[in-house]
Amino acid sequence: MADLRLKGVGKSYGAVEVLKDIDLDIGTGELVVFVGPSGCGKSTLLRMIAGLEKITAGTLDIDGVAMNDVPPAQRGIAMVFQSYALYPHMSVRDNMAFSLKIARKTRAEIDAAVEKAARMLQLEPYLDRLPKALSGGQRQRVAIGRAIVRDPKVYLFDEPLSNLDAALRVATRIEIAQLKEAMPQSTMIYVTHDQVEAMTLADRIVVLADKRIAQAGPPLELYQRPMTEFVAQFIGSPAMNLLAGEIAEAGEVTRLRLPEGGGTIAADIPTRPDDVGRKVNVGIRPEDMVATDGDDYAYEGRVEIVEALGEVTQLYFERSRPEHDPVIAKLPGVHTGLRGEAVRMTADPARVHLFAEGRSLLWR
Amino acid sequence: MTPLLQGLVTIVLGVGGCIAYFYGANLLLDKVLFPARGPKIGRNITRANMVRPWLFLFPALFVLGLYLAYPVVGSFWRSLYGRDGDSFIGLGNYQALFADETFRTAVVNNLLWVLVVPAAATFFGLIAAQLTDRLSWGNIAKSIIFMPMAISFVGASLIWKFVYANDADIGLINAIRTGLGADEAVDVMQVPFWNNFFLMVILIWIQTGFAMVILSAALRGIPEETVEAAIIDGANPFQIFFRIKVPQIMGTIVVVWTTITFLVLKVFDIVYTMTGGNFGTQILPSYMMSYMFRDDGRATAVAFVIMLIVLPVMVWNILQARKELR
Ligand SMILES: Nc1ncnc2c1ncn2[C@@H]1O[C@H](COP(=O)(O)OP(=O)(O)OP(=O)(O)O)[C@@H](O)[C@H]1O
Ligand SMILES: [Mg+2]
Repeated sequence: MADLRLKGVGKSYGAVEVLKDIDLDIGTGELVVFVGPSGCGKSTLLRMIAGLEKITAGTLDIDGVAMNDVPPAQRGIAMVFQSYALYPHMSVRDNMAFSLKIARKTRAEIDAAVEKAARMLQLEPYLDRLPKALSGGQRQRVAIGRAIVRDPKVYLFDEPLSNLDAALRVATRIEIAQLKEAMPQSTMIYVTHDQVEAMTLADRIVVLADKRIAQAGPPLELYQRPMTEFVAQFIGSPAMNLLAGEIAEAGEVTRLRLPEGGGTIAADIPTRPDDVGRKVNVGIRPEDMVATDGDDYAYEGRVEIVEALGEVTQLYFERSRPEHDPVIAKLPGVHTGLRGEAVRMTADPARVHLFAEGRSLLWR
Repeated sequence: MTPLLQGLVTIVLGVGGCIAYFYGANLLLDKVLFPARGPKIGRNITRANMVRPWLFLFPALFVLGLYLAYPVVGSFWRSLYGRDGDSFIGLGNYQALFADETFRTAVVNNLLWVLVVPAAATFFGLIAAQLTDRLSWGNIAKSIIFMPMAISFVGASLIWKFVYANDADIGLINAIRTGLGADEAVDVMQVPFWNNFFLMVILIWIQTGFAMVILSAALRGIPEETVEAAIIDGANPFQIFFRIKVPQIMGTIVVVWTTITFLVLKVFDIVYTMTGGNFGTQILPSYMMSYMFRDDGRATAVAFVIMLIVLPVMVWNILQARKELR
């Protein structure tokens, strides 16, 4: 049970500012995922919440109590590290019991808490092993178990699955989702690089970029209504295509002209009469691209590379200029014959995004 | 011959000799002993390959045997002879040793040295390593603590002779005593029993730097996350140090400890320089030195006793070092 409130939080290392003006409310039982490019300060923010890094600006409240100067152990948080950070000289049982021993709990209490966590995580057969005798997935479960026995208000995860192989990552991700379900009152903050983890686990995703929060919201909102070009390209894979265009007709439905290799298309985004002639970037996700023979099309180009993944085929078009990212289309089914062909692409007007000066026209 | 020419000739002969040995022996093996031809060609090749490693190892084994193994046997043999080196007296030297009061004092003192010095040096080294780790001037502190390592034991003893000097104007100890109101200087080196510890302090002073450097590297190798996890688990700095950090570097601590133990069993210079083994401060190596040239049989017997004492520690040390490597 914990409300977390970050108000104007910032972090500087000497003169180097890493984060600033972070405002975020996290409600009880919410699972919030921090994503962002490498080095944008996700770990730093998490570690400030944990108390491992000093907060250099703003305030952090947990349940209405200012936490800036409260030592980590008294914040009611538990943290799971990317490298597991198990105590190598202690058995699984002692690893999990350590915090309780430090807190001078009775033997019976400690045993009960450890047994319960071990049962939840199916760690019972390994309780007397040393960490080095465990697999990566088991180690990560011990690390989670160590957090659970403390019964914290807030769980903090820093890329907990990134050291696991793909199959195990999926399995452990589902375990974490089930864990969350079993403890609906626990607040969780989760840092990851993995899109799928972010989309599937999160109640809310916070995209960090350029020292600030670029956008915070439910996963599908970030996917469907990104506020900025950055968020639009960051969420979703492969990244959203951005095509240079110009507003031809304004209104409830906007018509766009795409001079570079394209024709005209419509977008279900209202614009004002004075927007006509404005330069915009037209954003279309690869998976929203559809082949067409009509005259309303967004892009026409020669297919350079075809990646057939079985369920979908990814087409990479020839770049008009070498410094541009290639336009990518993701078509359902198998289309291996398209290599070298000229293909015309369009998109459903409801799925077209418009950005001017990097910001979405939907959000003004 | 000028020394320069001598050196050159030695190098040429040495290196040339090595090459000649390896090349010639190999040739002999392949062409003459087990030639790779004729009806038994397969068997010959196999045999040649079985012999070859030994061929190449032989020089090293020979030199090791000559300078390490033979002296052990030779010393033992010599220790069975009397002072003149001609009369065989069996275990007479050993009997005389165990009957000698000074020898027993030396054994007891040596035991004290082995218990106290490695423990104290390792402990202080560990504390110094931990305390200097995060300080901005930590490296300066480390250099100062490490400096005694660069001084010879005799040099260090001379320095401490001043510290222990029987004169309040020179000796630090007596100066402090005088400052606290004592009116007469004492000779620290003649205080029974405790004088042993005053001598040990010198070696601890020297060895703490060594322990600190090794342990400091080991402490740096501890994953930072385990410490952070312990902080979140609520451990205070003492608990983190003794329950998280120290156990993780236990292997290194043991190696440092045993390495200093060997050293203690070899050091004679400090006692020799400071007291000459008088006033009940004798230890085995200086006891051995006191017999050297007077009665080589007796001295080698002491040497042999020392070796027997070192052996188990050595085996333990090697086992630990191997475990560390894995
Ligand atoms: N002690 C420090 N002094 C100066 N800058 C630092 C320090 N620690 C971290 N930084 C900087 O802070 C920024 C944020 O680091 P952080 O580890 O939080 O990134 P991250 O988002 O977690 O990255 P990743 O996804 O790679 O884990 C980085 O640019 C890093 O260079
Ligand atoms: Mg990180």
